[in-house]
Amino acid sequence: MVLTPVSIIASSFAVILALLVLTPIVSRNQRLLIIVGFSFTTISSFLATAAGVWTVANGTISQVVIPLGLPDLPFHLRLDVLSGFFLTVVGLLSTFVSLYSIGYVNGFLGRRSITSLVVFYSLFLVGMQLVVLADDALFFLIAWELMAAASYFLVLFEDERVENRRAAFLYLVVAHVGAIAILLSFGIMAGLATGFSGFQSYTFDAMRETELPAGLATAAFLLAFFGFSAKAGVIPLHVWLPEAHPVAPSNISALMSGVMLKTAIYGMVRVIFDLIGVFPWWWGAFVLVFGLVSAVLGVLYALMQSDLKRLLAYSSVENIGIILISIGLCMIFTSFDQSLLAALAMIAALYHSLNHAMFKGLLFMGAGAVLHATHERNMDEMGGLIRFMPWTSSLFLIGCLSISALPPFNGFVSEWITYQAFLLSPALSSPLLNLLIPLGAALLALTSALAAALFVKAFGVTFLGHRRGHHAHDHVHEADWFMRIGMVLTAVTCFGLGVFPTFLINWMDPITEYLVGDTISSSAAGFGWMWLTPISHERASYSAPVVFLGIFAVVAITYLLLHTRSGAIRRAPLWDCGFEKVTNRMQYTATSFSMPLRRIFGFLFSIKEHVRLLPETAHRAFPEQLQYHLRVRDRFWIWIYQPIADASFWVSRRIGRMQHGRIQIYLIYSFVTIIVLLIFSK
Amino acid sequence: MKIHPFLIEVAQVALLLFLAPLFAGWVKMLKCWFQGRTSPSLLQPYRDLSKLFSKDVVLAENASWIFRFTPYLVFGVSVMAGSIIPTLSTDLPLSATADVIVLVALFAIARFFTALAGMDIGTAFGGMGSSREMTIASLAEPAMLMAVFAVSLVGKSTSLSQMTAVISQGGHAMLRPSLVFALLSFILIALAETGRVPVDNPDTHLELTMIHEAMILEYSGRHLALIEWAGMMKLYLFVVLGIASFFPWGIALNDDLLVVFTALAVLVLKLGFVGVGLVLIETGLAKMRIFRITEFLGSAFLFATLGMMSYFMLE
Amino acid sequence: MLKEILKNVFTKKKAIPFPEGFDVTPDQAAKIIDFQRKIDTIFHRSLRIRQVDAGSCNACEWECTALMNPIYDLQRFGIDFVASPRHADLLLVTGPVSRQMELALRRTYSAMPEPKLVVACGDCAIDGGIYQGSYAVTDGVGNVIPVDGCIPGCPPTPTAILLGLSRIIHSCTK
Repeated sequence: MVLTPVSIIASSFAVILALLVLTPIVSRNQRLLIIVGFSFTTISSFLATAAGVWTVANGTISQVVIPLGLPDLPFHLRLDVLSGFFLTVVGLLSTFVSLYSIGYVNGFLGRRSITSLVVFYSLFLVGMQLVVLADDALFFLIAWELMAAASYFLVLFEDERVENRRAAFLYLVVAHVGAIAILLSFGIMAGLATGFSGFQSYTFDAMRETELPAGLATAAFLLAFFGFSAKAGVIPLHVWLPEAHPVAPSNISALMSGVMLKTAIYGMVRVIFDLIGVFPWWWGAFVLVFGLVSAVLGVLYALMQSDLKRLLAYSSVENIGIILISIGLCMIFTSFDQSLLAALAMIAALYHSLNHAMFKGLLFMGAGAVLHATHERNMDEMGGLIRFMPWTSSLFLIGCLSISALPPFNGFVSEWITYQAFLLSPALSSPLLNLLIPLGAALLALTSALAAALFVKAFGVTFLGHRRGHHAHDHVHEADWFMRIGMVLTAVTCFGLGVFPTFLINWMDPITEYLVGDTISSSAAGFGWMWLTPISHERASYSAPVVFLGIFAVVAITYLLLHTRSGAIRRAPLWDCGFEKVTNRMQYTATSFSMPLRRIFGFLFSIKEHVRLLPETAHRAFPEQLQYHLRVRDRFWIWIYQPIADASFWVSRRIGRMQHGRIQIYLIYSFVTIIVLLIFSK
Repeated sequence: MKIHPFLIEVAQVALLLFLAPLFAGWVKMLKCWFQGRTSPSLLQPYRDLSKLFSKDVVLAENASWIFRFTPYLVFGVSVMAGSIIPTLSTDLPLSATADVIVLVALFAIARFFTALAGMDIGTAFGGMGSSREMTIASLAEPAMLMAVFAVSLVGKSTSLSQMTAVISQGGHAMLRPSLVFALLSFILIALAETGRVPVDNPDTHLELTMIHEAMILEYSGRHLALIEWAGMMKLYLFVVLGIASFFPWGIALNDDLLVVFTALAVLVLKLGFVGVGLVLIETGLAKMRIFRITEFLGSAFLFATLGMMSYFMLE
Repeated sequence: MLKEILKNVFTKKKAIPFPEGFDVTPDQAAKIIDFQRKIDTIFHRSLRIRQVDAGSCNACEWECTALMNPIYDLQRFGIDFVASPRHADLLLVTGPVSRQMELALRRTYSAMPEPKLVVACGDCAIDGGIYQGSYAVTDGVGNVIPVDGCIPGCPPTPTAILLGLSRIIHSCTK
């Protein structure tokens, strides 16, 4: 067999197919099924990663036509640099999460059958890989639907609780609303390619070659943006994210947050830069504004949460906003023909996609390990876990450092490149843009500062201090070896992506060449492989290895100097200001940590705070018990979703009047329909 | 006569380590004079630090590795930050490794770990300090980034050495509205980030009024010495950053020995003046309520964004 | 307000010069000069005090507070009061140590790092003072934690407190 990227990807699918065939045979022994199933998915994801890396490194484009599908409408697949990049993102995280799952899914053994988990997991992976490979509208939508349906069943895995069922249903509804918008968008583009008769130009190739008139191009763009935003979780279409991600098993949450949202980004980039190609500057401003709103509101909503996985889900909304900010900048620069800056912004967007997949995957895996050990998702019941789970806490800390954009980890590199893109933007001819770009930089800075506060809260409340809840904590155990390996590999990748950015940018060269026509790698590594210098080294330069080594050297020298002296360390009880009755409930909890921010930014949410003294009959000066109730709700529920849900119920009640259940009326309906058809068929 | 740039770098780090407590002593001395008292000696901070290094360390029973690691990390990060801000000369070999965004991120690392250390022991005051510190930082850090961005737009680079060189050679063209806005914003931010009145009183003994000190209530011995030293270094670094960005005349642009010595003398003079200004602000203002700080920082953020916008619109 | 500041800076300082201005006998003056030297040696000329009110009537606290004003001005010697015992070198206890404060005092003592000193300030802290024999007090700090020195007085004047501190440090370094 000849070793080409296409053959590697084909073998990846073959492995999954083998797994699906094996599953009924092995399913009686559930433990064996877990090991076999997730090992196969690990291998398959690894092959997908290899194919993606190779394709981007070479810059090749391979196209395959599979004669499945409808007659005259075969499936087209295309593996080019953009697909290859997203294939790498999908495959890399899936490899680590599959390894992690071998240990994590053991927690479900005995309580329920995990056969469906293994099957739908494999279908989910297949769906995501096919989405980035699809080269025509029909196959794209089939793969999209496969991905959505498989993830619906995965979210619904623990379906005995009613809120899980509701969350999954909401997810399904929003995913399909988005899919309809994408379908209409493809319809416009395909229709323009052939002139609204015949089906031949449903392929992306045909759409690429067509010149779209401005009005219809805008319609296609808006529909595609709406549809992909629904899947990516951009505000205001984000409501399914904080419902669906927490209820799914944690390895699924890691994949959904880490890579499924990126397939939506892939879709956006593909449609805007590849299929449409030429666009006015206001599209970029539009995307930038949505990105800014998502970033700021996402992190603020996350700060209000005390459920660990909901917090991480809202944080995904924030990071998708950051990616959209970079994409918006890239679009603005492209429309002004600043191809070098557009390449810089595109690198920022793609780098952040890869980074987010890595660190969000790591964070969800860590949250899963905590959930596995304590059976708690509420941070206000946790605390002091760092002593029982040293590996998990250190790896979760690496995830927190990466997502807060702190050197030397990877989150900082993509934020740094985004800031450089903002700062290098020249005075553009539109005064609105001259206002928007500095404002954008300011809001991005606000977002990253709030994200740091968010992850101090997440890590501090979960792992540090004492156990805040009422349960004893003797049965808390560390994650097992498979979970640790999955997390360690992800953490090492985070560190590697942060310390060696120039290699990744060199590798990503062909992508920006293909999409915007220019590359920055020659200048980015122009000063040496250790220095990241996007335009020139006088303009801006960052050397991650030297910063890391510098800090490490100073810390090591200080430690050695101070530890050779005398000075014992004595352990004593904590200093509680002499107050004898200190309890664990007197620590800061997740809710209290974010209280100042709730006071400052509270106008953005609908907050209901209520304090009640019990018993009500006692005098106010001598309460026996205090009851505090806080509810923070997303305003978008009340503005958008509640009215839509109410309206749809109203309409369906009206139409429901037609359904009497009496067969005579139904026969009259059929009769009238036949008369009408006979009249109009002439 | 030329000095090797590496020697300038070493001299700069040595200055950071040894001038920072002296500057803290100068600020204390001025404060006492302005309040009509006699002051402690100028060298008092050195004595405090050397005493603390010789004391034992008492750790809470549930202190984790984060608590023990934080003082070293905070110290290391401050030293790293000090090696990239041009104080004596712009010809620094480490200037290509980190620019102004990295500098802000280095302060963010120190703050992140100090906040975690505050939460580590599990006392109410530690968590309170962490919560307040991260809230103030989430408003102050964007404003600081915007202020230095405004300066970097004028200096056409985010590398600190380049910015300093361009501004000191710019002459009267440097009197721009964007720089004025950025300077105003920077002063407000420096007060917030270094924990001075009117944001946080560094001499307070009341835990409920503490922001930064609440996080370090559990530290003792050499750990406390490192953290206090890092605190003094942070004040020094902010002052030196402000000087390098807004008043860089006097910083050597080459490695000539005579020019570098003049730069040292000018630096000491500037530090003296800034000390007087800082203590005038501290003595004249009262500490604000925590929730008034948002207006304070919000106006700093507004000034900084206005500075950037005025650059984009007018230039 | 600037006028106030300028007045403060440029007029003669009100602090009583140490040790000449202190109202003491000649051999007490010799001990005070020793005090400066002893603080030099043990605590590198930097002493941090944590003050604990173990049930006192607050008169001793007022005198300790007076040590911080411009007239006595404790800070010019390198001495300061701190909030946390982990930061402190010397524990200054006032009050007869009521039963409610006994545990708090023990906790404060064990929270301090070595080398540390304990000074009982005021008659109540030494042996219970006017509360001696009451069911609610433990009759002096010495019954709760080891004491390195006492400063008698009810309340002791700021001068006496300073003198007392110097004597204690002198005897500790003998």
